[in-house]
Amino acid sequence: MTTVSCPECAAELTLAQGTEVGELIVCSDCGVDLEVTSLQPAAVQLAPREEEDWGE
Amino acid sequence: MQPQMKFGVLYSRVRVEEKWIFGALEKRGIDYDRLDDRDIHFDLDQPDSWRQYDVVLERSLSYNSGLYALRLLNAFGVPTVNTAAVAEVCGDKLMTSAALARDGVPQPRNAVAFSPEAALEAIEAFGYPVVLKPVVGSWGRLLAKINDRDAAEAVLEHKSTLGSVQHSVFYIQEYIEKPGRDIRAIVIGDRVLTAMYRKSEHWITNTARGGEGELCPITPDIEDLCLRAAKSVGGGVLAVDLVEHPEKGLVVNEINHTMEFHTMQPVSGIDIAGEIVEYAMSVAREYA
Repeated sequence: MTTVSCPECAAELTLAQGTEVGELIVCSDCGVDLEVTSLQPAAVQLAPREEEDWGE
Repeated sequence: MQPQMKFGVLYSRVRVEEKWIFGALEKRGIDYDRLDDRDIHFDLDQPDSWRQYDVVLERSLSYNSGLYALRLLNAFGVPTVNTAAVAEVCGDKLMTSAALARDGVPQPRNAVAFSPEAALEAIEAFGYPVVLKPVVGSWGRLLAKINDRDAAEAVLEHKSTLGSVQHSVFYIQEYIEKPGRDIRAIVIGDRVLTAMYRKSEHWITNTARGGEGELCPITPDIEDLCLRAAKSVGGGVLAVDLVEHPEKGLVVNEINHTMEFHTMQPVSGIDIAGEIVEYAMSVAREYA
């Protein structure tokens, strides 16, 4: 079981099996979007803000 | 023995769609590199590192970054899905409308102006309500339904004062009284794979804005219009958005070139990620 700490609210979050680097997760405590930046060791950072030209 | 195919997948963030695509590649035993568009760079004098790829699948969230990457890759001779030409047309609503108009593909009534004064004149000619959209934008962002002249004057001033230069390209569209839904269809090559109604009580029906998906039968009219629209923008892996106009019938609203399908794949039961990979493989073989 891999855990990380939310950089916004310090909540302990468990990364689900199959989590990938570059994936977005949501902090279950404060609701902020986080990006998984590495798995070994596990690390997250605040997700980049949606830019004006993002989309499909 | 045939040399093994090598894929590149350009991405910004690993969404469920990218996970499915990576899974589809791995299931087929295809060698691939994950290319984060924040980490890559292009040395225009050193294209060889990019030429190792038989095809690059572009899944970037950024229209600008993705488009420039595609332009460079295509200039280097690297096949891509989609091509830069297709991405350029699909990512800009005005360019898409111009292509559809050129080919006589039904679409809503649209007008374009480059100053607030000219835009107001065009809006008054349409009559209220009317819709303003940024030419580059997605997920239902920054759309405005303008109900009267006061609103038109305010929104035009805000766009021209507060927005980037692009917001002074005023893309004006008739407001369509939709039947509480629009239609999204996945077109890959010359096939319409599946279609979905996006239902919402709000006039903006994007699932990113809360629209809900329900399977839509692919009628001959839907299939015909989707294939014509796809051909008009150059074809590839596309999501064609249709609207049921009360007078005109089915019209093409827009076409997306880096589509999301996290709702459509489970709703349809179709392995859209697998179909995308198969299509990219066919492109790689065609240009080998």
